[in-house]
Amino acid sequence: MPGDYKQKAVILDREGIRRALTRIAHEIIERNKGTENLALIGIRNRGVPLAARLAARILQIEGKEVPVGTLDITLYRDDLSTLANQPLVRQTEVHFPVAGKTIVLVDDVMFTGRTIRAALDAVIDLGRPRLIQLAVLVDRGHRELPIRSDYVGKNVPTSKKENVSVLLDETDGDEKVVITEGENFY
Amino acid sequence: MLLIKGGAVADPVEGSLTVSDILLENGVIVEMGRGIKRPGAEVIDASGKLVAPGLLDMHVHLREPGFEAKETVATGCRAAVRGGFTALACMPNTNPVADNGPIVRYILEKAREAGLARVYPVGAITKGSMGKEISEMAEMQDAGAVALSDDGRPVTDSGVMRRAMQYAAMLGLTVISHCEDPGLAAGGVMNEGFTSTRLGLKGIPGAAEEVMVARDIILAELTGCRLHIAHVSTAGSVRLIREAKSRGVPVTAEVTPHHFTLTDKEAEGYDTSAKVNPPLRGEADVAALREGIADGTIDVIATDHAPHTPEEKDSEYDRAPFGMVGLETAVGLVWTELVATGILSPARAVAMMSINPAAILGVESGPLAPGRTADITVIDPELEEKVDPANFCSKGRNTPFAKRVLKGLPVLTIVGGKPVYRKL
Amino acid sequence: MPILKKDMLGLEGLQGDKISLILDTAASMKEILGRQIKKVPTLRGKTVVNMFYEPSTRTRTSFELASKYLSADAVNISASTSSAVKGESLGDTAATIAALGADVVVLRHPMAGAPLLLARSVKCAVINAGDGAHEHPSQGLLDLFTVREKKGRIEGLQVAVVGDVLHSRVARSDIWGFTQMGASVRLCGPSTMMPAEIEQTGAICFTRMEEALEGADVVIMLRIQMERQQQGLFPGVREYARLFGLNHKKLALAAPQALVMHPGPINRGVEISHEVADGVQSVINEQVTNGVAVRMALLYLLTGGGMSDVAH
Repeated sequence: MPGDYKQKAVILDREGIRRALTRIAHEIIERNKGTENLALIGIRNRGVPLAARLAARILQIEGKEVPVGTLDITLYRDDLSTLANQPLVRQTEVHFPVAGKTIVLVDDVMFTGRTIRAALDAVIDLGRPRLIQLAVLVDRGHRELPIRSDYVGKNVPTSKKENVSVLLDETDGDEKVVITEGENFY
Repeated sequence: MLLIKGGAVADPVEGSLTVSDILLENGVIVEMGRGIKRPGAEVIDASGKLVAPGLLDMHVHLREPGFEAKETVATGCRAAVRGGFTALACMPNTNPVADNGPIVRYILEKAREAGLARVYPVGAITKGSMGKEISEMAEMQDAGAVALSDDGRPVTDSGVMRRAMQYAAMLGLTVISHCEDPGLAAGGVMNEGFTSTRLGLKGIPGAAEEVMVARDIILAELTGCRLHIAHVSTAGSVRLIREAKSRGVPVTAEVTPHHFTLTDKEAEGYDTSAKVNPPLRGEADVAALREGIADGTIDVIATDHAPHTPEEKDSEYDRAPFGMVGLETAVGLVWTELVATGILSPARAVAMMSINPAAILGVESGPLAPGRTADITVIDPELEEKVDPANFCSKGRNTPFAKRVLKGLPVLTIVGGKPVYRKL
Repeated sequence: MPILKKDMLGLEGLQGDKISLILDTAASMKEILGRQIKKVPTLRGKTVVNMFYEPSTRTRTSFELASKYLSADAVNISASTSSAVKGESLGDTAATIAALGADVVVLRHPMAGAPLLLARSVKCAVINAGDGAHEHPSQGLLDLFTVREKKGRIEGLQVAVVGDVLHSRVARSDIWGFTQMGASVRLCGPSTMMPAEIEQTGAICFTRMEEALEGADVVIMLRIQMERQQQGLFPGVREYARLFGLNHKKLALAAPQALVMHPGPINRGVEISHEVADGVQSVINEQVTNGVAVRMALLYLLTGGGMSDVAH
């Protein structure tokens, strides 16, 4: 995260995140009538620990392990040619066949929808899933593409100038979702 | 009438500097001494300047006939006088090769038309410089050739070289040898060493030159022919020449400003302006050349002025032609690198660019004195300038010295009493 | 600031963190090569021009596939069809390329320094795909990548490079790359094929192959060009194979599980025996696969990639 930002409000604290994820886990099981054929794929970076946590919750609730993968969407971005410097490419690690599966894509923040668009392409390049769903911790609006989420931790109306930052223990050593103001790094 | 007042006149024979006025009339020096007054004479204030007998560059490629896009006799002569040279010897590797009387006369005619520096043609040792049959040396001598050389390529066959030297000795002509063993040079494009290894360019070992220097010294002993080693580049060559001279072998040698200034590191970045044959060598070689210059092993500083077009030089290193221009940077380099560093006194520097080469070629030169032809070079030892190839009079811009600051530059060149270059 | 310079001309002087970035990116690219659909849309609309002034099926194909897997349009210009034979200068060729709108030019040229000359005269990125005896950086990088993947590290390894070092651009890129990444490089070849003052690179030189191989973790065999025999650089194939060919007996002197590598194409039975080339220690085929991944990484990074994390 950029260092100099002004924190305006805490949207979710540690407890809030925990409850939201527990609820999403329940919703995933309920909507898909169990965990049959289900797999979670976290979008780098913060979608990865979120997917792992959802899988752990599902295991607690249902006693069933669901496969978890990691998706790097860098090579699928639609803004590569406009960025002065393209982002670092990390590995995609999906060690199970996606063909025929119900895939739940997991990300931290839903904004313009472009990341999800890229993720959809990336997943489909790995095979032909039966169904793709989307789970996000925060949906902040301002969609630029006809994409919606299936599971939302919290809907947060924001202005475009604002920035929503998700901090997780695994990646940031803290656990909260905050609205900040300042430059957007999109 | 021209009166040069107050300059320090360099005597390359005595090795002295004496403040003296010089009065020129009808192309000759008529009077020298302090406090000359002559109403009606144009006065040039040369105080603080060095006044020398006209400089002679004995190794120049004028490119005409055949390669007029690179240089012509006229442009080469303009470059010479701008560089402080009143005379030059031009190499025969033109197209056609200057291996006969008519071509020698053609060059002299072109030089007369240009009317700037004196031009002394060098004739080819072998027909077409092919290294097979010796050329009609006497005919060329009659036409005005002052020496013989196949410069640009070696006379590979030792038997041919022997006969050429025997024949030249009969005529009293000096053979100027381009020392390069083609087997050892083997298509190399720069000095063999760490830089060539790093750049992946084919190297020419110092031995390629030294083997031939040794051979030609041996042949000079065998034939009694006067041998002049062109563009000496290695410590080994200096050692061989020093040893030969100590035994009285009739050998002389020249070094170019680029070889006593630069190393093979210039090839970094595949800079073709530094591609020259023999190649720029290592630091130890540069040090040995300077030592040879200081102790008199090296007799002459000559430029090996080798102009090429930008199109030719602006290409892959392997493909670019060898050679760099030198006429317009030579004096500045000699002063900056050799005089300012104490390796040469001003008078000795002048000797290495005037009476020494003149003696080898058998052409007129000598200390400035009344009665002598008024060929004069005036150098301002304090004048400092950055080399800008855009200002060159030569058609060639191929120099690795661009942007280098040189101190000690020619400001006035007089040929036959006529100022042909003047910055004073 | 871009992490890499505009061009990839050689590994000499390339810092370790930059080499690591390329190798890390290549690892991500390699995952794509394992997929059913080996294509990502990353360089859609970009044009990669492969200019080969020297025949090289392997390297050209590798760059071509790398371009295509990243969805760039790849155009091949080979010496026989290019204007080089008509005497067009590299500078004029460069102007043509620029006018064609190339984003990356991959240049293979028989003359050292030609890629630098080209890079100076075009705005687009230039990748040196081998220039004379100078460098072949993508080969050096794929060698580094292969060793890192197989051995888990490069630092501290003993890497022997055997053969015609004098004429080898692969050897030079390997020397710079492995040395930079903390490995020790040993060179071995006939004394007529060792470049002048090569030990100044930090490499240690041997003329006895047995000594060079002792305890080596990686053995990189160089291809011997048969025309070097006519040039008098070695007396004959049989003697060359005996002194500088890699067989099981010599390989046994290297460290256990030492990797055997070769940039290809192989002269079987000359610099490397059949058994060794096809043996368990040989990673020659993996090198080819890794070459595509490394070249994908280079294409991606030179078109501006590799800056940092950009979220969402």
